[in-house]
Amino acid sequence: MSFWQDPVAVIGQWILDLLISLNLPEAWVTFIYTLLGVIVVASFGLILVIFLIWVERKVAARFQDRLGPNRAGPYGLLQTLADIVKLLTKEDVVPEKADRLVFNIAPILSMVAVLLIWAVVPFAPGWIGTDLNVGVLYIAAVGSFGILSVLMAGWSSNNKYALLGAFRAVAQLISYEVPMLLTMLVPVLLARGMGMVHMVTAQDTWFIFLAPAAAVVFLISSIAELGRTPFDLLEAESEIVAGYHTEYTGMKFGLFFAAEFLHAFTVGVLFAIFFLGGWRGPWAEQAPILGLFYLMLKSIFGYFIIMWVRSTLPRIRIDHMLAFNWKFLTPVALALLILTAFLDKIFSETALRIPVLLIANLVVLAIGYVISSAMTRRQAKQRVKFKKRPVAKPA
Amino acid sequence: MQNTWIFIGIFVAMAAVFPLLPIVVAKFLAPSKPNAIKLDTYECGMETVGDTWVQFKVQYYIYALIFLIFDIEVAFLFPFAVAFDMLPLFAVVEGIIFILILVGGLFYAWRKGALEWT
Amino acid sequence: MTVEQGIFLFIGFLILFSGFMMVTRSNLVHAALYLILVLFGVAVLFVLLNAGFLAVVQIIVYIGAIAILMIFAVMLTRGDVTGEAITMNSVFGWGMLLSSLFGFALIIMLGQWPAVTSLAPALPASWNELVEIGVAFLSPQGFVIPFEVASVLLLAALIGALYVARAPKKGE
Repeated sequence: MSFWQDPVAVIGQWILDLLISLNLPEAWVTFIYTLLGVIVVASFGLILVIFLIWVERKVAARFQDRLGPNRAGPYGLLQTLADIVKLLTKEDVVPEKADRLVFNIAPILSMVAVLLIWAVVPFAPGWIGTDLNVGVLYIAAVGSFGILSVLMAGWSSNNKYALLGAFRAVAQLISYEVPMLLTMLVPVLLARGMGMVHMVTAQDTWFIFLAPAAAVVFLISSIAELGRTPFDLLEAESEIVAGYHTEYTGMKFGLFFAAEFLHAFTVGVLFAIFFLGGWRGPWAEQAPILGLFYLMLKSIFGYFIIMWVRSTLPRIRIDHMLAFNWKFLTPVALALLILTAFLDKIFSETALRIPVLLIANLVVLAIGYVISSAMTRRQAKQRVKFKKRPVAKPA
Repeated sequence: MQNTWIFIGIFVAMAAVFPLLPIVVAKFLAPSKPNAIKLDTYECGMETVGDTWVQFKVQYYIYALIFLIFDIEVAFLFPFAVAFDMLPLFAVVEGIIFILILVGGLFYAWRKGALEWT
Repeated sequence: MTVEQGIFLFIGFLILFSGFMMVTRSNLVHAALYLILVLFGVAVLFVLLNAGFLAVVQIIVYIGAIAILMIFAVMLTRGDVTGEAITMNSVFGWGMLLSSLFGFALIIMLGQWPAVTSLAPALPASWNELVEIGVAFLSPQGFVIPFEVASVLLLAALIGALYVARAPKKGE
């Protein structure tokens, strides 16, 4: 295996040989080697976020017919670095009435919750932090720390807007976690395993062709988990200032901000792994560096959809947001799960498996759409009708 | 202990150190000139009246309850999905019955109006 | 002392300390946060026991759902929960005495139980805990009845909780 095909394996082997040649005890070799791996994976995520903020601002600007950042460095590439310097030199205000310890832990926890997902992301064949056999559930578990950090931030600020924002946020996050978990079960079912490497190697046909409806539901509920437009009512400026991070300033605010951007891209990565075949592509097995390229390409596709939705749709109302989840996404996700389990058992190992699952998915999505739009129309009829009022005439 | 989890253990520690670093750096770089107004609770320039503690809608709690039920259901279903190849058709039907019972719960909540925000 | 034992001791002390802090805090939200620390410690213990699946479920269900539900419940109560609440009363000493006696009795009893003092046999190399759990849940020789009953139990919990928590509508 040459360096250009698989640099990670070559460098990893070189470091391992170096550590062994130093005659350290075996436990230390394992520890240092693992620590280096951790630092590489974690800093990959953190360096990525600097670049992502620039991408997002540039793309959002183009959607709004603007130029976006274009002063600092070529194409404004250094804009984020300038912002980081600014955030570092901003005064860090901790309100007098805040609960100091909880207030300071919350932003760190929000970043930890997102970074931890990267520990199980398979970047390319053989490039993965650690291949847990419970990978998919691990991602769900790590997400609950994110919810916790929102609640801690809102409560410890001791500010009415922050607490209201945290409550809205948590109601939204836990509601959309239900369809997200249910649609994460569909790829697990199709792959017959929940290790992340297994998930990728099982996708001889990408799961988006077996479960397109599940992919759509997963993407929508993940956008809601991000708290982005159109689901950004947890930081609706006109109602509750900035939501749960109202009282945060300087770098602590920056951490919440960076965590949100990294989370958005992570959703793109997870979408690529669950439904678009992860690193799979031509010659990816021979040259893992191509695998990384394919994964990033697919992830950016998912990320672009998220940005597109963000720039297109307005914010929705809280009752609509909750009704959409509990009365549309959750029943659809449950129906998909039941149908996938049943049909996959009957048609497994036959040539009909792919077309049957594909059609079943589309039928569920169509039926769900028809029922929900019929319900919306019925509700619209029940709306209070106001009496006609004469228009005021000039005297 | 499984070797795969050592990585997670070290990752948790490092993931906490990485965001801590900029906060510590900011402590040295950032000015610190607190005054009473700056440290007051932010409320768009007005003074805060009363406690932060307001009684919340019971609806938040109901959503959390329904979430808890489905969360536990999903935890049961993940091993079902992983062992899918080992299961005969009737075991899959049992799994589907398990889901359907909870679908019944969702529709009960719907009919009773527990899913309405207002 | 191996690394594993070191981690176990550290986590054990963390759990005991957080548990003590939890029952003595007068601030209910602080108590809930210490409870989360206890639950996290238990998840780490599951990892040490080579039960990764249980550890992850512990975090999803207990930290992700039940702890959040508790904080919601605390916030629903009217009144100042951040202020001084009474965490001790006149029988505190007797309670301490009885519970520590009970704790010692448990340690002595469990120490005589052979399953605690002997090591479990090593699992075969091809052991897949997830598949084993899944098959055991759904095979008639395994736990299919408890599995379905669990679903009915969850349904009953949902109906009961909605009945208690929901304010009756006008005219009902």
